[in-house]
Amino acid sequence: MSRDLRIQSCYALLLTALLAASTVLVRQIDRARADEPLQEVLYIPSPKVVQRMSLGYSGLIADIYWTRVVQYFGTKHKAQAKQYLLLEPLLEMTTTLDPQLLPAYEFGSVFLAQKPPEGAGSPQGAARLVEKGIRENPASWRLYYDLGYIYWLELKDPAKAADAFERGSHVAGAHPWMRVMAAALTAHAGETETATYMWTNILNSTEDANLRTNAVNRLRCLRVDSEVKILQERTERYAKEAGRPPANWAEMISSGWLRRTPTDPKNNPYLLVNGRVQVSRPELFPFITRGLPADRAATDLPGAGGYAQTKAE
Amino acid sequence: MTGRLLAIAYNTFREAVRDRVLYNLILFAMLMVGASLLVGQISLEINRIVLINLGLTAISLFGIVIAILIGIGLVSKEIEKKTLYTVLAARPVRRWEFIAGKFAGLVMTLTVNALLMSVGFFAAVLYVSHGLGRVDLPLLTAIYFILLEFVLITALALLFSTFSTPIFSSIFAFAIFAVGTFSEDLRGFAQMATGMTRWVMSGAAYLVPNFAALNVISRVAHDAPVEPRLILLNTLYVVVYTGAVLTASVWIFERRNLK
Amino acid sequence: MIAIEIQGLEKSYKTGFFRNKLKQGLKPLTLTVTEGEVFGYLGPNGAGKTTTLKLLLGLVFPSGGSAKILGRDLGDIDVKRQIGFLPEQPYFYDHLTPLELLDYYARLSGVEPRDRKRQIEKSLSRVGLTDSGKTQLRKFSKGMLQRVGIAQAIVHDPKLVLLDEPMSGLDPVGRREVRDLVQELNEEGKTIFFSTHILSDAETLCDRVAVLNKGELKGVGVVADLLREVSGDVEVVWSGAQAIPVLSALGARCHATGDVVRAVLPERLLDTAVDALRRNQGRLTSVTPVRATLEDYFLARIGDENPKVVNA
Repeated sequence: MSRDLRIQSCYALLLTALLAASTVLVRQIDRARADEPLQEVLYIPSPKVVQRMSLGYSGLIADIYWTRVVQYFGTKHKAQAKQYLLLEPLLEMTTTLDPQLLPAYEFGSVFLAQKPPEGAGSPQGAARLVEKGIRENPASWRLYYDLGYIYWLELKDPAKAADAFERGSHVAGAHPWMRVMAAALTAHAGETETATYMWTNILNSTEDANLRTNAVNRLRCLRVDSEVKILQERTERYAKEAGRPPANWAEMISSGWLRRTPTDPKNNPYLLVNGRVQVSRPELFPFITRGLPADRAATDLPGAGGYAQTKAE
Repeated sequence: MTGRLLAIAYNTFREAVRDRVLYNLILFAMLMVGASLLVGQISLEINRIVLINLGLTAISLFGIVIAILIGIGLVSKEIEKKTLYTVLAARPVRRWEFIAGKFAGLVMTLTVNALLMSVGFFAAVLYVSHGLGRVDLPLLTAIYFILLEFVLITALALLFSTFSTPIFSSIFAFAIFAVGTFSEDLRGFAQMATGMTRWVMSGAAYLVPNFAALNVISRVAHDAPVEPRLILLNTLYVVVYTGAVLTASVWIFERRNLK
Repeated sequence: MIAIEIQGLEKSYKTGFFRNKLKQGLKPLTLTVTEGEVFGYLGPNGAGKTTTLKLLLGLVFPSGGSAKILGRDLGDIDVKRQIGFLPEQPYFYDHLTPLELLDYYARLSGVEPRDRKRQIEKSLSRVGLTDSGKTQLRKFSKGMLQRVGIAQAIVHDPKLVLLDEPMSGLDPVGRREVRDLVQELNEEGKTIFFSTHILSDAETLCDRVAVLNKGELKGVGVVADLLREVSGDVEVVWSGAQAIPVLSALGARCHATGDVVRAVLPERLLDTAVDALRRNQGRLTSVTPVRATLEDYFLARIGDENPKVVNA
């Protein structure tokens, strides 16, 4: 019996040693393969083909691809890579295999949108990915939200951003200020009437004090914007007929162009500086895009600062 | 010892050949002829790539299917048909010699099969790219890796054959081949876990046969060379892992009552 | 010299779904086979004959006890160069021809290359298959396969030949041929150990037999001695029906055909019976001992609880 035991332990020992050695070799192989310079041109077949080849088990394959995405992004990110060539095709593959895999859209779009070395620097790709996500999951409001931000912050397209927030705000369970965002962005896009309409809507439909204050503020600013626009147009027409810009409002009132000195919603008079209409106290109207003093009117689109302000309200 | 081992290996090879296993070559030849004629029609840019992908994939898959279908019967069929009695019972044949001989015989069969297919494959490549040169050397590496794949899968099928019925063995073998193809991803999953789970999962993921690194078909299709280091590591890995699997097979088989 | 020496060899299997039932395939068996004899191993189907052979050949491992073959322990594989084995209902690699098959087995048994061809041809001709040497085995009938089986058992010229049911499935001519072959091999000095459930074969061939039932040894001995033990009846034939009541009273079974009466009775009662016949005017025609067969012994032993070993 003891001889038998000796033989058994010999087998066990040999087997353990061989398996341990194989594990070490696998680690070496993984390292060698990670160094492969050509991984970036790895041949990726079409997602549809992979889907068909997965024989209906596409969910599992999608999960596998998603881990590949994360690993790929992780290793690239660590290496401060300038290029993430495979990221978009890998995400495309993942989301075609499992169109309901929401994290793939949410995190994938972040990976794609950010500028290198933080991400792949492809906001268009990110937008495409999330648009696809919305097509597949129209009831998931977070995707609209992500899309809105990509359009607004990365692609600087407030009209499309507003559209995304607006569409998302109709989805059941959507966060209320999706609608706030939509209206705000419509305003910035110059479509003042739409924005006014939406803010009025919000004002009437919400009990939230913060939101109401914000809406009132917004509406005030929108009024300023539209009034400044009208005043500016009149001033310019006057200047055409008179051959020079008006020096002050009185000049225009006496010629019948205005009935009285125009005032803003806070009852402060608008200023006329070298034929340019301005508000007298711009700090009262944080969201206006028109009527700002000439030195502050350089940007007509809000940047990240505007987003922070909106959120703070 | 070697004489008996070789006799068993040769008999295994002869049995496979007489059971018309090599008929798959006809299918392969038709595939190659069809493919090389067809890709010429599709596109000048990628016809070579398509042909290489198709040819090498076919060599690999044909071999793996044969390896599994024959491998799972190597021991169990001999027990079932009682042919084992006349070999092990009254001949000075050790049980490990029987296992090793069976293994060598099937690897021999698969190698001959793959080499014949390779001849057809290179003929097709020659036809499509009007010449063979240094650029085609990575193709040889890919074929070498495919042979390593066969060695691994044969050992695994043989292992299952020592304790299970052919049906279960084939399920096990195909499953472990599929899992092994995704072994890298398994290790990726394991990395995402935390604590004990991570240790257990990593352990399991490292013990699964690493088929992933043996498939370089798509790389060589793009004429990318395979580093010598990877060739060396893969060779060592297959030798060690196959050694482990065969050790387990012999261990099980030595203890088995052959009723 | 002893060919096979079995000491308390036993085998039990775990059976049942949870492997929790213990089944004794072979109860402790002690048996000796001398070199040069033809030994019959008898028992009904499932008695444990094949299990014994598998234990001896290392196909299954004993639960207890030990055995020596040609003086070597069970684990000693090299002794198998000296052993030939015919399994019950043998199957072979049917893609091979007998010549290829025997070549394969000769190689495995370590037959020297220079002897190989001669040995193969010799064993083929002994089983009468010289003409079919190049036909694939898949085309062989059951009887022919049995012959191939015998050929492979002797291709390496072993000292000890173990045959498991060598006659089963053969027609009378085939059985006769196998019997002759066994005798021939024995005359060459080979020890033959064969299992069978066909008793007439054992009776004509064997020097000694062992009877096995339900995994247990029921009796061992020289055939003639065993028969003497069970027999002991005589058949008495006479004319004169008037003597029937008297002989029936003695315990004889009487059958009358007209005036002629046949009675079977134990030998020890023969004198009393003959005296009784004389007294009753019976005319004695013949007295013959009833010849016992191995079958009688076999049936007697199988029903018996205690094994009876006749050493001779």
